[in-house]
Parts: sequence; structure tokens; C-alpha cells
Amino acid sequence: MNVTGALLSPLFEPGFFSSGPVHVALVVGGVVAVVSGIVGVFTVIRGQSFAGHALADIGSAGGSAAVLVGVSTLYGYLALNVVAAAVMELIGIRRPRGRDLATGVVLGAALGLAALFLYEDTVSTSTTGATVNVLFGSIFTLPPGTTTLIALLGAVSIVAIAVLYRPLLLSSVSYDLAAARGVPVRLVGAGYLLTLALAVSLSAITIGAILSTALLIGPAAISLRVTTRTWAAVTVASGVGVFACWGGTLVAYDSSDWTGGWGWPVSFCIVAVIFVLYFAAGLVARLAPAGPGRRRSERAEPAGAQRVDAA
Amino acid sequence: MFASFMVNAWEAATIVAAVAGVVGFFTVLRGSAFAAHALPNGAFAGAAGAVLIGANTIVGLGVFSLAGAGVIAGMGRRARSDVATALTIVLMLATGDLFLSHTSEYAPEIFSLLFGQVLGVSTSKLVPTAVLAALCILAVMVLYRPLMISSVAPEVAQARGINTRMMDLAFLVVLALVTTMAVPVVGSLLTFSLLIGPPAAARSLTSRPLVAMGLAVLCALLTVWGSIAISYETNLPVGFFVGSISAFAYTVGRGWGAWQQHRRNRLLRPTTRPAAA
Repeated sequence: MNVTGALLSPLFEPGFFSSGPVHVALVVGGVVAVVSGIVGVFTVIRGQSFAGHALADIGSAGGSAAVLVGVSTLYGYLALNVVAAAVMELIGIRRPRGRDLATGVVLGAALGLAALFLYEDTVSTSTTGATVNVLFGSIFTLPPGTTTLIALLGAVSIVAIAVLYRPLLLSSVSYDLAAARGVPVRLVGAGYLLTLALAVSLSAITIGAILSTALLIGPAAISLRVTTRTWAAVTVASGVGVFACWGGTLVAYDSSDWTGGWGWPVSFCIVAVIFVLYFAAGLVARLAPAGPGRRRSERAEPAGAQRVDAA
Repeated sequence: MFASFMVNAWEAATIVAAVAGVVGFFTVLRGSAFAAHALPNGAFAGAAGAVLIGANTIVGLGVFSLAGAGVIAGMGRRARSDVATALTIVLMLATGDLFLSHTSEYAPEIFSLLFGQVLGVSTSKLVPTAVLAALCILAVMVLYRPLMISSVAPEVAQARGINTRMMDLAFLVVLALVTTMAVPVVGSLLTFSLLIGPPAAARSLTSRPLVAMGLAVLCALLTVWGSIAISYETNLPVGFFVGSISAFAYTVGRGWGAWQQHRRNRLLRPTTRPAAA
């Protein structure tokens, strides 16, 4: 194991599972969940869930192209996602409606490319395995030796968010105020989108497109239901992400005993955990009178349309 | 290219493109690109579930896309709509993954459901497609005015007593119908591309709704017909050409719109240019 494994082993007893793939899955899943949780909070605040999901799908075109030319799918995901993020930013529409449209057009074109490459993959290997693998991924079939690279790229994403933190938060909450204050809003937006592309490539390659979106949006949406402070939201989102990822993996691992050998897929179990937590968070927010519920009603007043907690 | 086995493909694609043009106009107007992606993509879970219990694929798609529309609308009351949509598509896809893991015969069909198999449309699929298409068009005609007002000016709609939440739900149901109609014949990718690309191009050419809708249908038809023809000649997947032509149409539309804007600005402010130039 690498550094991350050594750091995480006291927290999560490796002897708990004797299976090697499970251990790798837990470590990688944990790293991806933390990165996705942090980036996800900004994705939800900025209303860019569609871009976050689209990048996971767009990466599959790069992944299938990489299969075709015989390089690691990770490079395919990274290359195409960075290009796609750049194109989305170039089209650069500020209104959310138009922005979603631009994202949709880029996604449509990329999925067309994916159709082409997957078709070529199918012709050249005469299996449809590539389709399923690229689209759904599996945390249990990670290529060996990628753990270090994934941890490294995850660290790069977190550093990028840390560097962008203040201007990003300001421009996410109020674009005009940020622009008036001299924040280079376009540049910050582009930097954020590139970070998102990096984080999404990372998660899509390791846990598949479904879980990539689930771990990007789910924990962030949960945390923003129970707190409005950005720091708290980032922390809660990472924690929830790791919990959902590990809990879901555990449930998936155990489910083959419950269902008599069939088992439930990891992606389904993780998404189920996220949904349970999402509705639980909604209940907590509604029931706790002194908590975020009251804060939300304060926030609705005209003076403080949204709270900036970066001072 | 027009051999007897191709007739079904042309007919199915024509029906789908016409409906996609009409519904896509509202998709673009409302900025519902994410929902237009989520429903066709997530509904494959319904198809997988239908295979699992031995039911009709169209029934599975219909049930799941309608349920998806309901979940997006329901969750959208408490959360931002993009977050609600993202969580819904994730739930639908994960359910599909669960169904898929319980059946081994299904894998090859994923490709056709996602990327379409328009060249292999059977006559038995054509009838439900036509019926659902008629239903979609009818729904849009009935909802036309309230849908238009609530899309363009939600505040005005509310002031006039239109329930905008109901309109959100109604539109999502129409999208679910389009999904049920189009995904079995052309796949989710094509459905999505046709709902976004051609109408977006049409919208940037004109701001008059009916003209834009007509242009969207025309553009969608040209895209699909051209794609089938090229696909037939080159033996490459239809989805690739539909995606590329749609993106190209959008780029041209945006470019044209930007050029018009530029020209208008110059006409409005002629004095800003030096007289000598």
C-alpha cells in the first residue's frame, strides 16, 4: 500500500476484509469521495450539476478512444474532459439556461464520438465489454498501480480548490459583486471548471460515471441541507461521501450472503446510502428549529440573499 | 438506401425527429437540457427491469421515465432543479445497474438502447411509436399557451393564475412520453441530441415561437435524414453523425446570432466609429 493506505489503515482496520480488491476499493473510494465532496459543494452552489454529470459521460468518449489506441483509459478521460471543459467555458454563457444548453450540445457531440469509438472498440474486439466497463466502471476492477496516481491527482484538485477558494466562493454567490470587486470571474470560473474536469475524470475512471455524479452531487446536496457555512459544508460533504462510499461497499460485499450469492452492485448500494442520508438530512433540517431551518428563513430576507462565509 | 428493410428506419426516424423538434423547442426555451438528458438516459433502467421480469420494453421505459419525471418534479420543490435532476438520474442508473447485474443476456442490448439501432426498427415497434408521437404533439398543443408563458415569464404566468409547478411536471411528463417513444427506436443518445441541437440552432435564428418550432422540426429532420444516409454509406453508427451534425447546427446558429447582434449594434451606434474609417 502507499501513503494513503498507511494513513487510512488505523481508521479502517484492513483485517476487516481479507480481500485485496476490497481494500484498494476502500482506499481509492475514500480518496475520490473526499475530492468529490469538496469540489461538489462548489458545483452545487454554482448550479453546475449538469456540467459535473456531463463531464463524467463525456470522459467515456475519451476512455473508449483510449481503449482503441491502447493507452490507459485515465489519460483518455483526462484529455477529453479538459478539452470539453475548455469548450464549455469558451461558449461561456452566464445565464444558467443557456449554460445548460451549451453543456448539452457539448455532451451530445461527445456522446456521438463515444458511439463511434465504442463501435470501433466492439468491431476490433468483438465484445461489448468495453461499453459496460466504460459506462458503469467498477470499483472492484481497478487497474493495479493506479492508486498513487489517483491520490496525486486528487491532491492537485484539492490544492486548486484551496487556491481558488475565496474568489470562487464570492463569484459563485454573487457574480456581479465579485466582478465589481475586481475578481477575474471568467478566469476563476475556468479554473474551477478545469478542477471539476480533473475531479470528475478521477472519479469516473475509478468508480464509473454513475457513482461519479452520485458522489459529486449527493454528499454536497446533503451537507448544504444541514448547514449554510461553506467550511462546514465542505467537511460534512467529504465525511458523508466517505461514509456512503465505505458503507455502500460494505453493504454490497455483504449482500451476496443475504441474497444467496446474487449480490447487489456497489453503485446501487452507494446511491441507496446517499438517498437515505439525503432524506434524513431533509428531516433534520425541518425538525431542528434552531438549526439551519431558521437560518434559511433569515436568509430569505432581502438584505442577505445568500450568506458568504469566507471572512 | 431505400430498400424495403430501410423503410421502417426512415419512417421511425422521421416521426422521432418531428416530435423532437416540437418538444425540443420547449426544452431549449425552458433550459431543461439536463432533464432531457436524464430521462432518456435513466429510463434504460426500465428497459432492463422489463427484460428481467419478461415484460414489454416500452412498458418498462414508460413506467421508469414517468416515475423519473415525478421524482425530478417532487424533489425540485425542495432542492435546486439541477441537483434534483442529478440525483434522479443517478438513482435511475443505479437501479438499472442492479437489474443488469441480475441478468446475463442483456449486455449487447445496452449499446442499442444507449446509442440506438435505427436501422433495425421492426414494424411492430412502429405502431406504438406513432401513437406516442401523436400523444406528445397533442399534449404540446393543449398545453401550448400556459407552457409558453410559464417558460418565458414565470412571474407573469403566476400572476395569471397558471400553476408553474404543474407546468414543470406537465413538461417533464411530455419529456417522459418522448423518451418512451424515441428510446426504443433511436436510443437515448439520439433522443437527447435531437431535443437539444436542432431546436437550439433554430432558436438562435429567430425569436418567433412558431417559426422557431418549424425550423427546429426542419433542422431535426435534415439532421436525422442526413445521418441515416451517411451512416448507411459509411457503415458507422448513426449516433455519431446525429451528435456531430447537431453540434455543428448549434455552432452555425450561434455564429449567425452573434453576427446579427454585431450588425445590429453597429447600425444602432454608427457614430462610435471614426468618420474617416
